Amino acid sequence: MILGLDIGSRSIELVALIGGEVVVSRKLPTTFSPLDQCSRLLDGLRPASLVGTGYGRNLIQRLALDCEYSTITEIKAHALGAAHLFPEAGTVLDIGGQDTKAMSLANGRVLKFEMNDRCAAGTGKFLEYTAGVFQIPVEEFGPYALKGENPPEISSICTVFAETEATSLMARGESPEAIALGLHKAIVKRTANMLRRVGLKFPMVFTGGVANNPCVLRLLAQAVNGEIGRDILIPDNPDHMGALGAALHRHNGNAVRGA
Amino acid sequence: MSDTGHHAMWEKLNMDLEAHDGLLEVLGKFYGDIFLSQENRLTGAEYLDFVLSEVHGLRIRELQDAKAQGRKVIGSFCVFVPEEITLAADAIHVGLCAGAEAGSDLAEQLVPRNTCALIKSFIGFKMAKLCPYIESSDMIVGETTCDGKKKAYEAFNEIAPTYVMEVPQTKSTAARDLWKAEVVRYMKAVEGMTGCTITAEKLKEGILIANGKRRALQRLTALRAASPAPISGRDALLVNQISFYDDPVRFTAKINELCDELEERIAAGGGVAPADTPRLLLSGCPMAVPNWKLPYVVESSGAVIVGEESCIGTRNSRDLVDESGETLEAMIDAIADRYMKIDCACFTPNDERLGNIADLAKMLKADGVIHYSLLFCQPYTHEALKVDKALQAAGIPMLSIETDYSMEDVEQLKTRVEAFVETLA
Repeated sequence: MILGLDIGSRSIELVALIGGEVVVSRKLPTTFSPLDQCSRLLDGLRPASLVGTGYGRNLIQRLALDCEYSTITEIKAHALGAAHLFPEAGTVLDIGGQDTKAMSLANGRVLKFEMNDRCAAGTGKFLEYTAGVFQIPVEEFGPYALKGENPPEISSICTVFAETEATSLMARGESPEAIALGLHKAIVKRTANMLRRVGLKFPMVFTGGVANNPCVLRLLAQAVNGEIGRDILIPDNPDHMGALGAALHRHNGNAVRGA
Repeated sequence: MSDTGHHAMWEKLNMDLEAHDGLLEVLGKFYGDIFLSQENRLTGAEYLDFVLSEVHGLRIRELQDAKAQGRKVIGSFCVFVPEEITLAADAIHVGLCAGAEAGSDLAEQLVPRNTCALIKSFIGFKMAKLCPYIESSDMIVGETTCDGKKKAYEAFNEIAPTYVMEVPQTKSTAARDLWKAEVVRYMKAVEGMTGCTITAEKLKEGILIANGKRRALQRLTALRAASPAPISGRDALLVNQISFYDDPVRFTAKINELCDELEERIAAGGGVAPADTPRLLLSGCPMAVPNWKLPYVVESSGAVIVGEESCIGTRNSRDLVDESGETLEAMIDAIADRYMKIDCACFTPNDERLGNIADLAKMLKADGVIHYSLLFCQPYTHEALKVDKALQAAGIPMLSIETDYSMEDVEQLKTRVEAFVETLA
């Protein structure tokens, strides 16, 4: 059994492969004790190999593992996972908890990639934070925003300033749904630019937790002029792509490095 | 980094002893983690360790001793200030501190917040009384390279009188004439300050010393084409950084010794990393001491750095001054011509830099290039886009990094650099 463990800023995902088939998928929030959460995810599994990815990938060195282990970056992991499910993929977009990443692929290999800068502008964190202004859970934020019409332009891409902007728009009497839609448009605009910089090629695979947000998906399809299901492909478990890719890295016979 | 025996000297230089002790302590730890922890280091690296450990100590004492004998110290921030002329006047040419976040909050009283880390740093070092080189300088020379520096020198001049050289922005004939006039004006200013008349004989000596230093650095650059890489990028950067501080004749001799050792190592097939380690060329903004952040991240990510296309790198050593001139006039022309070849991003256009990077990457057998720009550095962030295009056409992968001296983005940088290295492996 090969395990892929994606230790992200918001959640940790685990995928177990036997003979290249996914036999276990698990997910827990990261919390302030990611090591304990990792142990919980590993409970009852006896892997031969573990590959860590995500920004907390080096934490696996501190797990008391009795198997070989290695790490790869989340860039490579998402690319491997996406290309495995969709071998024709030309681009991968991953919007996670604190990063947005765009990668162009050729034969499953990363050609070029872009990541957001040091702040959380345009990431899942942005949506979570701004959803808080509307006092709704982030899972409901997308459907809520889809009810909006004539969205006001949100000019700030800074998460904190965007909240301020949303608050002052509310004070001006804009409808909350329209403001929510405007906030989604702001993140999609930024994402589309990132995709253009790596040279967007369809089909594009959209991974990471934010791929579950229907409003981001619809706006993104409009922004890049692509059709959902043909040009833009969403895996069944978009947030497990990193963990899947990590496990595949070892399954594909890559030597263990950094163990 | 230095023992307490230098405290009296620092106090005389009106430095903030407590803050300076704190800085040296941090630097010493930093140096240990980044440099002393390396495996397969050269014996010649002892020289680097010694110079760095005494960079605010014994070297400053040497400057004070020279000053006591009537020699003058000229401090500068840029590779455009002609060292040949400084040396011809028997003065000492040093680079000034600009590579750490020290005093940056103070600097924001004089320059806007969105100013690059290097500018904030030299102003901060002065305001926080942390740079013994600034305090030892009899003349501080600025230059009109980027807008940030130009305006910063106006502000800096109020706290430390600064002589500013006008560096032209194009490479036209008129620009070259302007630059030559600036070289002559600098020579007159140095003569006036030192009371020394620069003769053809003295200028020739200055040219030979500066060229000697460049030749040693060129030799080091060429040796780094070997595979496996015979020296770490960190140590090679340190060599380039030290070239701005140490006595040029001693430096040249020591670096040539280091190159002898490198030749032996290469002949024996030795190196600092296995031959299949991805080789990277760094390109872009200068990395002043102790700005070792990116090289450390890169070499901790499974890659080895084989070159630095920067002012603290090949931009400073690539071109020599023609040594055939015998008259003062001919030598001044040769100096002006040599400096006009510098492919600094402050020039428009600056297309020769694109070819120079691709040529250097090929010569060093680099698998990829990391373009490094300081945040808010307009000239280099602009050129990052052009370099990317040019390297793409040459089939050389590039990663663009924009950062500053703070440590807050180290984890993000690691992810980017590791992912880039993964694409090369």
